[in-house]
Amino acid sequence: MKTVYTEKINKSPRIPALIEHLFAKMPEIEADRAVLLTESYRATEGQPIVLRRAKAFAHIMDHLPITIRPLELIVGSNSKAPRGCQVFPEYSYTWLEDEFDTVATRNADPFYISEETKETLKKVYPYWKGKTTSELATAYMAPEALAAIDHNIFTPGNYFYNGIGHVTVDYAKVLRIGFRGIADEARAAMADLKVSDGDYAKRHQFLEAVLISCDAACRYAARYATLAKEEAAACTDDKRKAELLQIAANCANVPARGANSFYEACQSFWFVQMLLQTESSGHSISPGRFDQYMYPYYKADLEKGVITREFAQELIDCIWVKLNDLNKVRDAASAEGFAGYSLFQNLIVGGQDAGGMDATNDISYMCMNATMHVHLPQPSFSVRVWNGTPHEFMIRAAEVTRTGVGLPAYYNDEVIIPSLQSRGLTLEDARDYNIIGCVEPQKSAKTDGWHDAAFFNMCRPLELVFSNGMDQGVQLGPQTGDVAQMKTFEEFYEAYKKQMIYFIELLVNADNAIDQAHADRCPLPFQSCMVEDCIGRGKSLQEGGAIYNFTGPQGFGIANMADALYAVKKLVFEDKSVTMAEYKEAIENNYGKDMDPRRAEALTAQVARRLIEGGKNLTAEDVRAIYETVTANPCTEEQKARYQQLLDRIAALPKFGNDIPEVDTFARDVAYTYTRPLLNYRNPRGGQFQAGLYPVSANVPLGAQTGATPDGRLAHTPVADGVSPAAGRDIKGPTAAANSVSKLDHYIASNGTLFNMKFHPSALAGAGGLESFVALVRGYFDQKGSHMQFNVVSRETLRDAQKNPEKYKSLVVRVAGYSALFTTLSRSLQDDIINRTEQGEF
Amino acid sequence: MEQNHLSVTGRIFDIQRFSTHDGPGVRTIVFLKGCPLRCRWCCNPESQSYEIQQMRQKGVMKTVGRDVTVGEVLEEVLRDRPYYRRSGGGLTLSGGESLWQPDFAVALLAAAHENGINTALETTGFAEPQVIERFLPHVDLFLMDIKHMDSRKHEEFTTRPNEKILQNARLIAQKAKKLIIRVPVIPGFNDSEEEIRAIATFAASLPNVDEIHLLPYHRMGRDKYDGLDRPYLMGEVPPPTPAQMERLLEVCRKQGLTTHLGG
Repeated sequence: MKTVYTEKINKSPRIPALIEHLFAKMPEIEADRAVLLTESYRATEGQPIVLRRAKAFAHIMDHLPITIRPLELIVGSNSKAPRGCQVFPEYSYTWLEDEFDTVATRNADPFYISEETKETLKKVYPYWKGKTTSELATAYMAPEALAAIDHNIFTPGNYFYNGIGHVTVDYAKVLRIGFRGIADEARAAMADLKVSDGDYAKRHQFLEAVLISCDAACRYAARYATLAKEEAAACTDDKRKAELLQIAANCANVPARGANSFYEACQSFWFVQMLLQTESSGHSISPGRFDQYMYPYYKADLEKGVITREFAQELIDCIWVKLNDLNKVRDAASAEGFAGYSLFQNLIVGGQDAGGMDATNDISYMCMNATMHVHLPQPSFSVRVWNGTPHEFMIRAAEVTRTGVGLPAYYNDEVIIPSLQSRGLTLEDARDYNIIGCVEPQKSAKTDGWHDAAFFNMCRPLELVFSNGMDQGVQLGPQTGDVAQMKTFEEFYEAYKKQMIYFIELLVNADNAIDQAHADRCPLPFQSCMVEDCIGRGKSLQEGGAIYNFTGPQGFGIANMADALYAVKKLVFEDKSVTMAEYKEAIENNYGKDMDPRRAEALTAQVARRLIEGGKNLTAEDVRAIYETVTANPCTEEQKARYQQLLDRIAALPKFGNDIPEVDTFARDVAYTYTRPLLNYRNPRGGQFQAGLYPVSANVPLGAQTGATPDGRLAHTPVADGVSPAAGRDIKGPTAAANSVSKLDHYIASNGTLFNMKFHPSALAGAGGLESFVALVRGYFDQKGSHMQFNVVSRETLRDAQKNPEKYKSLVVRVAGYSALFTTLSRSLQDDIINRTEQGEF
Repeated sequence: MEQNHLSVTGRIFDIQRFSTHDGPGVRTIVFLKGCPLRCRWCCNPESQSYEIQQMRQKGVMKTVGRDVTVGEVLEEVLRDRPYYRRSGGGLTLSGGESLWQPDFAVALLAAAHENGINTALETTGFAEPQVIERFLPHVDLFLMDIKHMDSRKHEEFTTRPNEKILQNARLIAQKAKKLIIRVPVIPGFNDSEEEIRAIATFAASLPNVDEIHLLPYHRMGRDKYDGLDRPYLMGEVPPPTPAQMERLLEVCRKQGLTTHLGG
């Protein structure tokens, strides 16, 4: 009866060797792409932008240094150094120039940069002044939106400074017909154009750009075929020589033509992935349903008897390693928000096919093997779960979870499919969804989802309610009245909603400005040729060429806001045990608590930097004085005692995350203050805004910019991550926390929700532990939760890893929608992970 | 549902959700307060007295024990129904000793059954047979301790002799849906191969019993003795080693029993 091969397959000795080579050194920044890009741009001044982009892509791919790393079976690297990265000055560049001397020593995601590279980049950078997407976006933004960004209400930094990424292209099509086939489609579309069409010129230019891009991809692979042949000729080891000749043969055929074998399909897949990552700096370029589009090639080879399961597994493992070879340097602040060198290449297995049948196959299980074998953060490995998912599949996924790699993340078809349908996807497309980046669902090859459009800090508008819209001496938000005069909770809640809507509108303005800037300055013809219906419409993805267009900015801090608004409602308006004026005073004084010393140091540095930039000379004494001002606690003992009493009252209130229906339904309503208004807005590509509720790892750095909140959270401490309860407040165990979170409306947050849970390894011990774990996932999904992910590592282990990082180089933890090496994270993010409530310590 | 079940009151000291060790699947354990035995190794000393007590936990005095209705407990138990359904789990009564609060315990078990929730009972088996008869229809799985076959030694370490317990084991074995025998393996009390063999032989002689669980002694309850200002009688005795537990499990397997380490 059983038709799926689910047994484990052993790991090839090649895999640890590849990994060792990959992680031998700190990743490095390389300048080649920036130089080639600039050369091409200089040569194409005045031409239509989409053609300039295509020509630049071709110039880069024709001349970027190529390398085959030792023992590789799948080739194609966009940097000479393992895990190296190129830079993308067309999006933004000044931050890197400013950080030249600190990027190698910074806390989060350091990169080595040689003096030579710095000099080379300094030579090309002046060309880009005034030509970047970020500069254009800034010019497009309303002054109020810029002010809101400046005051940390939200940050659209991701696309403000980088490419968009966040796409799953039509890998299946490239495997099937190759780039020559796609070029044929573009030529056919060109032939259909009428010279008299109103948009003839634009469409023709785009299709021409597609042809240039497809040719460039084919030539790039051909360079690898030549290189492999040369290396084979020089190779004295017969086994490796044969491997190199095979690589040469593969690269001579794909991705120019359709793949004739599973091996060629793997190589073709990889070229698509690394080429996309070289065309633009966008992250979350997600392979999607790898088990679905790879399976036909595997099955055919197996039936023909030309491949063993072991070799197929080795190839998949090689791809897993390669996905960790791609890298990207971000500015220091963003690096904190996306910590862990992550590119969020989400790869998902299992779930339903477009017809609604279970799609699990051999490759689904082999992908689980690969994640166990490689034990690295990439790919962001995910599984789809529906009522018909085989139990064995769940148990195997739970075994992967138990290894502590923080993978896979679990997604609920039963919520996501109807949720996507409610956004206009057909039933078949919705059933064929995959996940982008962290948690964002979409239909591959048809969508430009702009999934990670901004972080919106739901705590900051509440601060503005207390200050009547004032922030650091500026009237930033609307005047919603003096809180001390508010008579009812409804009045207070209305003021919050008013602040929310005001800033949501500004968020929309900022996102749309950036969106337009990308369309104007960085259309991506190569990426676009693999997404429907760009060729048909003769438009790039960035100009609205996709079938489905969305913008998905994510809100975070929902648990804090639920607890905070609930506390105000109870203490001020129901129990009347504290007045609003007293509450306001306590929050403004951070409940009488001292500032965290690390935060105080950071603030001091910030103030000092501003003064120096303003032309002041600072002595060590001046800096000490600033530090003292920053840390000064002006509260009297009497005040401190009063604030402590308030904190005790807050602590005694029921909190979100403990399965208390009254609090949980309240939290559901609070989430609507973000998710509902967003649906009213449209983007320049003709699509709709939709909310996500997840923070990546921005809950730590953005929490540091947030004052004390009425839920008793102290100033500058992290806010709750995703839809998870606030750290340490869920004390009734994992089922209670899951029940609370399931009370939120996960359907309306159609850009994804993120529920983090941390388990002690003992909770998953034995067969019984796995069964209970699966029941927990199933039980949460039965109640219509959307996503779940787990850290399975003991607190003691993490503490020890902080003390002895050298012993824990390979310790992988779940950060937010992705996993990262624990020791590469900043100290504050490490602390946040340790402080998440640990479940299952019996 | 019968209203009179829901209003019955009893005394508990804890409810623990997502327990995976005491019965099949994901379970909610309700800990009843008060026990007729005083086992030296008891890891829940706050369960022993029926009285509501004060106990220091991490330096803070906490009240242990509260009076609740079946309805209140049931409401919390039902919240995890999705997880019971997915795992074959349910409600487990533990203690303390539920047999010593029969009105409350039977009402709670019956109410669970009325809601389609699987039930299990962890018990010392120390009660009058007619009390046990009241429980039988409402319990899907009995998890019953047999601590020692020698009554004198049993009494020395638990303050009660074992005759009544052994009789009740036979009664439960004959009439219950399922009975699993559990043995806390306590160094210096019952951790020799002979002592475990005697218990396993007895268990194998019971009708319908084919499973035995050996639970190695642990010291995780020690802080609670300090919190109650009571001496910890086990002192520094180390827990049995994995190798020793394996030998004892083998002794049980030789009696034809399915064995399991831990709950």
